[in-house]
Amino acid sequence: MRDQADTRYDVMVVGGGMVGSALAYGMARAGARVALLDEGDLALRAARGNFGLVWTQSKGDGMPAYVRLTRESAQLWHKFSDELSGHAGRDIGYRQQGGLDFCLDEADFAECSARIARLHNQSGIEAPRMVMLDRAELQALMPATRLGQRVVGALLCHDDGHVNPLYVLRGLHAGLRANGGEHLPGPPVTAVEATARGFVAHRADGFVTAERVVVAAGVHTQWLAAMVGIDLQVRPVRGQNIVTERLPRMLPLPASALRQTEEGVVQIGVTYEDGVDQPATTVPGLAGMAARAVRVLPDLANARMVRAWGALRPMTPDGFPAYAASATHPGAFACACHSGVTLAAAHVNRVAPKILAGDLSAFAAFDPARFKGMQHVHAAH
Amino acid sequence: MFTRPTDDLGVTITFEGNAVRARDGDSVAAALLAAGHLVFRETAVSGAPRGPFCMMGACFDCLVEIDSEPARQACMVRVAEGMRVRRQRGAADYASAEAVE
Repeated sequence: MRDQADTRYDVMVVGGGMVGSALAYGMARAGARVALLDEGDLALRAARGNFGLVWTQSKGDGMPAYVRLTRESAQLWHKFSDELSGHAGRDIGYRQQGGLDFCLDEADFAECSARIARLHNQSGIEAPRMVMLDRAELQALMPATRLGQRVVGALLCHDDGHVNPLYVLRGLHAGLRANGGEHLPGPPVTAVEATARGFVAHRADGFVTAERVVVAAGVHTQWLAAMVGIDLQVRPVRGQNIVTERLPRMLPLPASALRQTEEGVVQIGVTYEDGVDQPATTVPGLAGMAARAVRVLPDLANARMVRAWGALRPMTPDGFPAYAASATHPGAFACACHSGVTLAAAHVNRVAPKILAGDLSAFAAFDPARFKGMQHVHAAH
Repeated sequence: MFTRPTDDLGVTITFEGNAVRARDGDSVAAALLAAGHLVFRETAVSGAPRGPFCMMGACFDCLVEIDSEPARQACMVRVAEGMRVRRQRGAADYASAEAVE
């Protein structure tokens, strides 16, 4: 990267993952001159490690504003998907026909039922459209699927779907470039400072200046945001993934921690591991995931695992997204969430314009000031 | 395409029913390539022909059926006398296999 002291960007985004790329694309599409400061292949990039669900059923229990934002994003995804497929130069694989959460015993079933009731009580008609299916209803929904003997039913959410997250990221980067933005992969940003005319971000290969800065650096958001006066607590929570070889169609709808891609690969998740800072896998983690998947779909028992990986979710203390404007450094913003895929459509269409306008008051419920004095809620999702 | 440095081919396997002579210690993929076989499988999505790409267990393009077991990585399995190898055609279908619950 050349020293870009003479290049004046309207805004630079620190972090080229799912959140930063969506915000950068959204702002470029709205007419801003945008620089996206990204890393390379070694980045702790949840955007390339995540599960690919566009998911409303489990989001926002305890925060109605998050329920609304998630549902709005899911609704925006239909048009957004066509737009991103255009930029990516291929179908990004978005399919929205409903999503499941399999129940393997009556306690599971009761817990899912209670979740529907809670979300409905908190959010009324804005809650996602969810129903419980008993085993016979579930089997009728997917007659060709051989269900494990222990499956007692499932939660079905009509608003849910899935997508290929790698193509989403490619589409966001291509869309940024198509709208005059600059994608700048390279060494990690080491510091962000205020200057007389805006902000400067430093990397080992140079620096970038812009009138505004948005920190959306995943698990690195906290210390970078602190440099511009924003207190946004984020901790890594690891999730492990397995992908199988391509298999005959066996699961027509995506499920929590279990989906089959367009190409036939079955993807199996997932863990919620605190206190780790490396995106590694563990045998107990993978074995537990695989065992549960086989209980749901016994045909997986002899399938081959092709790859497994871990990724670090950026998790806030209450598990809900945080969007912040700096009180001490006007023009500086920070964003963090662990649902970058689901919320991508809202980040592009709703959050990015508000950052450009310099006014996040519409997202006051997501101000990380709410974290003051809060203990991290472990395993929130 | 490939020339062996030795003609010490003491192992015989079959590929699609035809005898293939191999050297003890060959991987199945090496033995088939040395015998001139390039198409190991037909893909699960489009049925396109594929053969080994990485030869080190990463690409999963060399999948074959070995002794009736589907979707084995030919580059990761050593030849054994009498081994029966067939092309992997489409996705492995495990639905008829015995379920482990």
